[in-house]
Amino acid sequence: MTRSRKKQVHLAAHFPGVNNTTVWSDPNSGSQTDFASFVHFAHTAERGLFDFLFLAEGLRLREHRGQIHDLDVVGRPDTFTVLNALAAVTTHLGLGGTINTTFNEPVEIAKQFASLDHLSGGRAAWNLVTSSDAFTGENFRRGGFLRPEQRYERAAEILEVAKKFWDSWASDAVRADQAAGVFVPDEAIGPVDHRSELFQVHGRFGTPRSPQGYPVFLQSGDSDPGREFGAATADAIFSRHGTLDAGQEFFADLKGRMPRYGRHPDDLKILPAATFVLGDTPADAEERAAQVRRQQVGPRTAIAFLEQVWGRDLSAYDPDGPLPDVDPDPENVSITRGRVRHERDTVALAQQWRELAESRNLSIRELIIETSARQSFIGTAAQVAEQIDSYVQADASDGFILVPHLTPGGLDEFVDLVIPELQDRGSFRTEYAGRTLRDHLFQGDTPATRDLHARESGLSAH
Amino acid sequence: MSTAYLGVELDAAGRHPAAWRQSDARPGELFTAGYWTELAQLADRAGLDFLAIPDSFAPPAEGQAGLVRGRLDAVAIAARVAPLTRTVGLVPTATVTHTEPFHLSKAIATLDFVSLGRAGWQPTVSHTLDEADLFGRKDWSDGPPPADTLWRELADAVEVVVRLWDSWEDDAVIRDRATGRYVDRDKLHYIDFAGEFFSVKGPSITPRSPQAHPPVVLRADEPDALAVVGRWAQVARIAAPDLAAASEARARVRDAVAAAGRDPDEVAVLLDVETLLADTADQAQATLAQLDGWHDGSGGTEHGTLRILGTPVTLADLIEEAVGAGAADGVTLVPLALPSGMHTVAEGLVPLLVQRGLRPSAPTPTTLRGRFGLERPANYFTEARA
Repeated sequence: MTRSRKKQVHLAAHFPGVNNTTVWSDPNSGSQTDFASFVHFAHTAERGLFDFLFLAEGLRLREHRGQIHDLDVVGRPDTFTVLNALAAVTTHLGLGGTINTTFNEPVEIAKQFASLDHLSGGRAAWNLVTSSDAFTGENFRRGGFLRPEQRYERAAEILEVAKKFWDSWASDAVRADQAAGVFVPDEAIGPVDHRSELFQVHGRFGTPRSPQGYPVFLQSGDSDPGREFGAATADAIFSRHGTLDAGQEFFADLKGRMPRYGRHPDDLKILPAATFVLGDTPADAEERAAQVRRQQVGPRTAIAFLEQVWGRDLSAYDPDGPLPDVDPDPENVSITRGRVRHERDTVALAQQWRELAESRNLSIRELIIETSARQSFIGTAAQVAEQIDSYVQADASDGFILVPHLTPGGLDEFVDLVIPELQDRGSFRTEYAGRTLRDHLFQGDTPATRDLHARESGLSAH
Repeated sequence: MSTAYLGVELDAAGRHPAAWRQSDARPGELFTAGYWTELAQLADRAGLDFLAIPDSFAPPAEGQAGLVRGRLDAVAIAARVAPLTRTVGLVPTATVTHTEPFHLSKAIATLDFVSLGRAGWQPTVSHTLDEADLFGRKDWSDGPPPADTLWRELADAVEVVVRLWDSWEDDAVIRDRATGRYVDRDKLHYIDFAGEFFSVKGPSITPRSPQAHPPVVLRADEPDALAVVGRWAQVARIAAPDLAAASEARARVRDAVAAAGRDPDEVAVLLDVETLLADTADQAQATLAQLDGWHDGSGGTEHGTLRILGTPVTLADLIEEAVGAGAADGVTLVPLALPSGMHTVAEGLVPLLVQRGLRPSAPTPTTLRGRFGLERPANYFTEARA
């Protein structure tokens, strides 16, 4: 058997989330909460030899115009608990989740990820998400305590403190030497001391170093500080740059920032979020894709999307009619709370939308479908595999995090049909080569283990 | 004769500090899923009511290379074994002093989802400066607050957790295609809790779980704990050096429950019993002597409770007497050594208890609440709305 030297595609599986990408109205849509849905999804991802499964988390239910947004999926279970349970029903699949850096403390994050990594045999991944809003803070002891400009400062520092905890146990600390009566020698657990404006943490950490040492670090910030943080710390980045050009620009930008942090470009995988619709023929796929988009953007969802940009109550407008004559209210940018908005200049965006709607004679709903719901990959399995592979080979990404629109079966077809095509192209693994998530992403040669070897030799020196 | 509730606490290699040195211990596996899964499956097959999984943020003791040091998160362990067990209740300890009630609420609700209704939790306080320093969030520069303050905070944390569990009504998810609504937002509730220690808005991000309210298990040893036990516990754990003391402790719990306006018969009081069982009492004594030889474990009893060194018959006799005399509604066994202690419970003790009618012969799979004779509770907000 010859081993291909082609650049390999990395794939992650995003459990369908609490936004309108997830189509709950479809007859095939199952429970968003029952564990059976997560098991189905995880089994499919593992059958497809994906690098990892991913769970998002938001800590306050989204509100729109002062009320809980009721048009999309609402509610999900706790990230750590689901991931630990999934570790019981999978053997190789990486298990990643969002854990907020603002409303968790370093010692509990360190303990929870070390526990997940131990209990999964080295498959944990952490998507660091920052927030500062008082809206989410209302669910927590300290409220909205963090200034927005300190978000990344806290995230970077929480990572620094968490690493101090993980590093405070030597990898071989647990001797469990029955004859000598030594379980863990004293010198194998170092003290942690971190005092700064944001943290006053010291003491000895209570959990042994886990198989991967650190969980795999995932990141998704796109702002300049977000990109810088990712280049400095992330093992994988979720981006939103869907086109080939934008993907290549982002890829080059991120990887270009890495040498400043002493990192090799291969130490970071860039995985844009991607949606897909498959069909037996190209026309069949297009037809199904159009149908899915109409499911994703119902009449009321279309109006709600428009209101997010306009910052006004537009409930009186006909979703199948033209765009409003009134301009957006640029002051009222927080009409939707509990969700990250990426558009900044709403007046300019509205102008763009008007021009698009006029030139193509689009109704409100058609416009929202056009601007928000167009799938990344539409086609036959062979076409989709070709598109994915060509993006990766052209350095527009290292792979994708796939976001299916159906729970729990939204990945089934992809795994059955597209994965074999990717394998035939020599671009995707035909079996898991290692056991840990770092093995899957980096073939065992990882920045963290390299650091660790350096540290261990330093440790034994004194 | 009423039956006896039966739980086992899984404390790493066992309660005895030298337990990990026994030849049948598996000290190298304490931080692996396989170790916990095997113990949980033994308990599951034996029809135990629940497993208690202790936890704390306490730093590893210094200068104690001969002790087991290091632990994994208890909720994580419970979640990890849940899909691989079918009937046993899973009761992780959760420290509330430095953690967020919002996170705990969704974690335990989710444990309930992944175990199909077998979750419980044992909230506890953290008294030590060492743990506070690892968080570094609360200003304890004048030393830890008095115990009654910590328990008042625990009471608030439990209230927030339980209210958040009710912040979704059972039928909140409607998936109404006609109106395009996934939820009926009138059935999602802000809890608007504001207390002495924190305020929490709600609603939870997690829908109401199979049991709705996974049982609250609380230690009732500290006098300051009794008020919160009376108000919130479905299960109270007591420690006592003998059955007379246990009877008194149980009476105090029942008084506290009555004082809170609840029916004392709805709260099971379980006596901790440390166990080291063997085929003969002499063998059990010899094993303990060996353990004490490695490390004196006589002072290792955390809560000063009964210890049974002997055969499964000795322990069955004690349980029969305890339940018959009204000293307890059942026991939480704390094996001095694991996994051997779980094998002797599953293979030696349980068949005896079944013979004596103290345990059901074929446990019907049920929720953990169901095991304690508790109905699925009404929703606080549904009732308030009605």
